[in-house]
Amino acid sequence: MEFLSYLINGVSLGSIYAIIALGYTMVYGIAKMLNFAHGDVIMVGAYVSFYTTSFAANSLLGENPSALASAGATLLSVLAAMAVCTVLGVIIEGLAYRPLRQAGSLAVLITAIGVSYFLQNGAQLLFGANPVNFTPVISGQLTLFSGRLRISYVALLTVAACIVIMLALTAFTSRSKMGKAMRACSEDRGAAQLMGINVNRTISMTFAIGSALAAIAGVLLCSYSPVLKPTTGSMPGIKAFTAAVFGGIGSIPGAFLGGILLGIIEAMAQAYISTQLSNSILFAVLIVVLLVKPSGLLGKYVPEKV
Amino acid sequence: MRSYIKNMKTAAKVDYATYLGVILAFVVVSACQSAGLLSRSVTGMLVPICCYVCMAVSLNLTVGILGELSLGHAGFMSVGAFSGIITAMSLQSAIPNDLARMVLALVVGAFFAAIVGFIVGIPVLRLRGDYLAIVTLAFGEIIRDIINCLLVGWDENGLHIALNIDGTKSIASLGLSENGVEIIKGAQGASGNTRIATFTMGFVLVMITLIVVLNLVRSRTGRAVMAIRDNRIAAESVGINVTKYKLIAFVTSASLAGAAGALFGLNYSSVSAAQFDFNQSILVLVYVVLGGLGNIWGSIVATVVLYVLPEALREFNDLRMLVYAIVLILVMLITNNPTLRSLLETAGKKFRRGKSREGGVQG
Repeated sequence: MEFLSYLINGVSLGSIYAIIALGYTMVYGIAKMLNFAHGDVIMVGAYVSFYTTSFAANSLLGENPSALASAGATLLSVLAAMAVCTVLGVIIEGLAYRPLRQAGSLAVLITAIGVSYFLQNGAQLLFGANPVNFTPVISGQLTLFSGRLRISYVALLTVAACIVIMLALTAFTSRSKMGKAMRACSEDRGAAQLMGINVNRTISMTFAIGSALAAIAGVLLCSYSPVLKPTTGSMPGIKAFTAAVFGGIGSIPGAFLGGILLGIIEAMAQAYISTQLSNSILFAVLIVVLLVKPSGLLGKYVPEKV
Repeated sequence: MRSYIKNMKTAAKVDYATYLGVILAFVVVSACQSAGLLSRSVTGMLVPICCYVCMAVSLNLTVGILGELSLGHAGFMSVGAFSGIITAMSLQSAIPNDLARMVLALVVGAFFAAIVGFIVGIPVLRLRGDYLAIVTLAFGEIIRDIINCLLVGWDENGLHIALNIDGTKSIASLGLSENGVEIIKGAQGASGNTRIATFTMGFVLVMITLIVVLNLVRSRTGRAVMAIRDNRIAAESVGINVTKYKLIAFVTSASLAGAAGALFGLNYSSVSAAQFDFNQSILVLVYVVLGGLGNIWGSIVATVVLYVLPEALREFNDLRMLVYAIVLILVMLITNNPTLRSLLETAGKKFRRGKSREGGVQG
């Protein structure tokens, strides 16, 4: 029973990683760049949600709000976070990354690092360096087997959200016209442009979707571990990036699988081996997987042309 | 003399100018220091600047010359720092001379970082591009985590080492005798160290790093490494052993970072593993990229400027890291702007043509 609860914990943590990794992998697949600022967009999303919720609680809702009203406020805060992050993502792409489209990948990487520093320090100025206590979007837990197994509703919500997002993204990229354009851009940007696809708009769209996902991930992440500070996003960002590489970067099912597996490995390592070394164990597994399968679990092997 | 300089290759001229520049800078700074012109905060920055210059030059060997993006350079610095501290602290009674102890610590730091670099390099260099970057990042984090769990002490019976994996052990479980020295205390790191690093040693280390890297780059080995960077398949097909040369460059880079780390560790009375995290690696990478990939003197200048810049911005206090971020983004945008770039290139060509007509040295 203990094992089961660790497993559920791992799957729910993994779902958060998977949502972040989906954003990473889409941006990487289409814009061919490592967006190191992705983790900080998560943090911005969480802060927006936090302040919207407290604003709603203080001035919109009365003393004893009905359950429906508070649910509405929560939904509103998530939507606000998504809206702000979407705009932020598009602005970052337009101002910082678009001028570097022809530049080398290192130049883009350093710019992304600059953007990440900018967001972290900007958040520190705006919101202060002290951590704030985030209220989970839903409280309470499900009790099974006469109290021997408890699953928080947040965990259930996270897993459900992750699956819905993964399915929706897969459908979007494979069915819609925009999705087709995205796939074309990731295959060959020049050829896509020749076929009349607006590459800049497609990449902007990718950033918009990725950042909206980051906002959802931010809310879920802070519901899972409710301490929010300007550096909250960086470590989950790195781990989600690891998850994306683990599953094969550029592949949507790969990011999902990588995220879930990473979460399970982390939870199990924390429970059974060592709390201090859990990150190391996670990274060691990543290294072993990459050595055996150098393009990740579900990644495509692209042969080199001479 | 003049014709000798004239007949030298441009690369050699740049190399000698680099050495000369570093020596001049050292002479000027030490003269200022002995004249009492430098404030305390500036004096405190001298040794770290030397360390970061070595870090940047050595990382440039991996990223600029070998062409592989490494995000875990701080890991090697960490290995060097802690092995250097262990050496210096445990030999305190055996070797009372500070200078000898420091040199030994630097050598040990470089040696252990080289070993770790070799262990990391064998699997890592099989991968390519972003996968290589993420694995070096992973190794950097693993090294940090392991040192975070490390407990090391010294007494008459020798070194006591324990790994605090499950969080139950403390420095007491090493069983040190009464006059033992606690060297590394897990997550707290090493504290209470004697600070023996000097600016002169920093200068010597920078010179050694430069001599090693520049000679490596201009040698047969360096040409092989650059051939691999430019086209791996072509290099392989003319009989260059790719793995061997990649490893040579990677291990050299790691050991120089280890020596820099040892000096860095000996400059502070307390050092913890958390200092050598991913952000530290990124910081050094930023120095290298802004200085110009493969450009050694560029790395030196960029390191000095970017290390001093946040300190100089200290009066803006809260805003300074924000300004640093904006400067970083703007520099990347401006240097990669095609219009500005072509303008600069034409200006450079004109400048050079004018110079060569006068028969100048610059070439």
